[in-house]
Amino acid sequence: MESVYPLLEPLLPRVRKPVQYIGGEMNSVTKPWESAQVRWALMYPDAYEVGLPNQGLQILYEVLNGCDGVLAERTYSVWPDLEALMREHGIPQFTVDGHRPVSAFDLLGVSFATELGYTNLLTALDLAGLPLTAADRTGDHPVVLAGGHAAFNPEPVAEFIDGAVLGDGEQAVLTITSLVREWKAAGRPGGRDGLLLRLAAKGSVYVPKFYDVTYLPDGRIGSVKPNRPGVPAVVAKHTLMDLDDWPYPSKPLVPVAETVHERFSVEIFRGCTRGCRFCQAGMITRPVRERSQATISDMVETGLAATGFSEVGLLSLSSSDHSEIHEVARSLADQYEGTKTGLSLPSTRVDSFNVTLAEELTRGGRRSGLTFAPEGGSDRIRKVINKMVTEEDLIRTVATAYASGWRQVKLYFMCGLPTETDEDVLAIADLARRVIKTGRESAGRRDIRATVSIGGFVPKPHTPFQWAAQCSAETVDARLRALGGALRSDPGYGRAIGFRYHDGKPSIVEGLLSRGDRRVAGVIRAVWEDGGRFDGWSEHFDFERWQQAAVRALADTPVDLDWYTTRERGYDEILPWDHLDSGLDRDWLWQDWQDAVAPDGVAEVEDCRWTPCYECGVCPAMGTEIQTAPMGVPGGRPLLPLVTTAPVQAGTPQADRG
Amino acid sequence: MRFASHRDIARAVERGVRKAGLPIAYSAGFTPHPKISYAGAAATGVASEAEYLELTFTSPCRPEDVRARLDAALPDGIDVVDVTERDSEPPFARLEASHWQVTLPGVPRAAAEAALSEFLAASRVEVERLTKKGPRRMDARAAVVSMQLDRRADEAAPGECEILRMVVRHVTPAVRPDDILVALNSVAARSKAAQNGVAGLAPSAPPVITRLAQCSLEPGPLETAPLGTDPNGADPNGADPLGPGCEA
Repeated sequence: MESVYPLLEPLLPRVRKPVQYIGGEMNSVTKPWESAQVRWALMYPDAYEVGLPNQGLQILYEVLNGCDGVLAERTYSVWPDLEALMREHGIPQFTVDGHRPVSAFDLLGVSFATELGYTNLLTALDLAGLPLTAADRTGDHPVVLAGGHAAFNPEPVAEFIDGAVLGDGEQAVLTITSLVREWKAAGRPGGRDGLLLRLAAKGSVYVPKFYDVTYLPDGRIGSVKPNRPGVPAVVAKHTLMDLDDWPYPSKPLVPVAETVHERFSVEIFRGCTRGCRFCQAGMITRPVRERSQATISDMVETGLAATGFSEVGLLSLSSSDHSEIHEVARSLADQYEGTKTGLSLPSTRVDSFNVTLAEELTRGGRRSGLTFAPEGGSDRIRKVINKMVTEEDLIRTVATAYASGWRQVKLYFMCGLPTETDEDVLAIADLARRVIKTGRESAGRRDIRATVSIGGFVPKPHTPFQWAAQCSAETVDARLRALGGALRSDPGYGRAIGFRYHDGKPSIVEGLLSRGDRRVAGVIRAVWEDGGRFDGWSEHFDFERWQQAAVRALADTPVDLDWYTTRERGYDEILPWDHLDSGLDRDWLWQDWQDAVAPDGVAEVEDCRWTPCYECGVCPAMGTEIQTAPMGVPGGRPLLPLVTTAPVQAGTPQADRG
Repeated sequence: MRFASHRDIARAVERGVRKAGLPIAYSAGFTPHPKISYAGAAATGVASEAEYLELTFTSPCRPEDVRARLDAALPDGIDVVDVTERDSEPPFARLEASHWQVTLPGVPRAAAEAALSEFLAASRVEVERLTKKGPRRMDARAAVVSMQLDRRADEAAPGECEILRMVVRHVTPAVRPDDILVALNSVAARSKAAQNGVAGLAPSAPPVITRLAQCSLEPGPLETAPLGTDPNGADPNGADPLGPGCEA
């Protein structure tokens, strides 16, 4: 398969940041085309600088290229400047590894971390020369598969994709690969549908065209049923049980171009048991599966040696919840002390233990900022979302942080949560002022800062809030304006408190795409045809375009934009994703939703890692239990021979921090 | 690699040094940086066979060992050609000019010759470039030490592609090869040849600019490789119609 690079190269001096299109990253792989029987193009539907660091794509790239007879190359969204030139010169969507046309591959796997990449999918399909509608594709076209968290409700893009894969991809891509290999070797029996049927029956791939959806006169879904034998009525997610067997990425890609994350990330566990009711990631990635201390240490060592990165991030949904996090942090800090290797823990949980951990990781290094996510401004709203942290917890935690040398604390909140009032949002201003006041007292200086970051809440499928009414953009914007005024009103604090927010409009579109059904495809197509691209980027996002497209595309239906977003759903309504199984028990989710909004006080749910099971349904569905206390390291054996030294010295004197 | 910016290259070198396990020295201070410094870097979009950088180590290293380890740790497209130990002279002091090669696709020989002779005959050719600090005017002619067309290009494919060779002094504010192309274009437009109907200097595709060597302009023995590299290394094609390196 010939490279399109000779055609592309003369155009590159004419586009912004051409280096993103040249490939050649350290640890990238380009196999001879003829050496493979199954060929994957893996796409992250956003700009290279965002897509390259994506862990999921890098893991699948390495897993697939590790197999004989299989090749995987990567492709990313091209910016509109190059898109225009590619159309002018007839250059198709290409991979950055071999600069091969995407249309020549057997499979195009697209990872959707967010729904705002849907219009970029259409650009890529169109540039690749593929029909946008899956039903129009023939045996010559790649099979288009969606993955990532958004694939847990792929209905809005059901028309454009051939299949969706729910859950962990590592084993799933290998199963799919062998099914494709067998089908090709057998002479492609049944053509394209023959392959899709195999994937649906044996590969746990959700193939939308094999399911018929009917609607009630009021617009709600009437039924979702398989339309041929051999197709399961409910499609289950894929779950990788032992992460220690899959220590990827081991050779992370190191780009020449600058990207959003310039570090080596190690996923220390998958899943979360905190039970925050707004959090889709925490719900759909259950159960918790921890990597052992030994695997984490090996992965850090291998990854640093393979890349030359100077920073390691210990990733997960709530990293300080790893049952041996203190041992992991201490041994890594010991091992890399004095090597100018930075260790970071994206810490979002609010408790003092996190500050202790962060101190350990930054010993001798920089203490620039700590991030906490109280999510809600008042104790009341935090109970509604099951974020079990009180105002006193938060104040105590930030006092510890400022006293330990940190000068800046970032606080993350959401606006538009169920049952939220103006007072809940204004409470954020009071909280921020208390943070600064306490911080000044405990640090003994005035030059400390806090940044309040706030985003609009979007109800997501497979969460207790999947039935909730989304708050209107007007209400969210009014509350954010009032909060901004309150934060600036007190001159004694105004300068010490930063305020970052997004207006409510993008959240409404995200809400439409998150909880939409198959009828939303028309809206996406209309936006794309009108020039919609890169909707996750504020400079490209156009709310009016989405509004007008929704009016046009939904004109013949009883539903509209508000129906999909600001409408509360009932228990009996069939939700577009009810036939897709994340392992969570629907009645458990409903009970949790009822507990959240109970007028006579909210029932809270404890973390099941430490307290008895609350029957979310995942463990029985998976035939498993949560996996903590890393297997194979009895008693938390230290990783390195312990050498007794003088007490740890901070490399930087206290006075220099700041 | 020509599409990489200087920042991109610098990041790749920093990682390469770490990956190679070289004992790089760090600056003191709150955020220590590895001690790596660069001679004037080629602009984004410009290829180069001759970039220079200086690394400071905390312990003595064998130059050939540094070369091999760093070369292995850098991405394809960045090759470490040679490493020498620095003497007492400040680094890069002798890098006074660069030898550039510019391919101009679709430019006829006559047009290129006319532009060159007009340019070389002029005492001053001003061009303007938009910089971060606003528009700057500079004299492109003064920076050019020598300029010639490569005979081989015309012999290989007459009329299809001209190759320009030039030696350009490192001056402040910098005059870059693309500034000189702008200058050539402007003199071509007002040349007699243009009035006689000879086509202008506009290439059919973006020109490809390559730095072949950096050098000293001191009188005395020709020094094409100030840090002691093989003079013939400057031109990968071997026989150079202008002679090796930067001959003026």
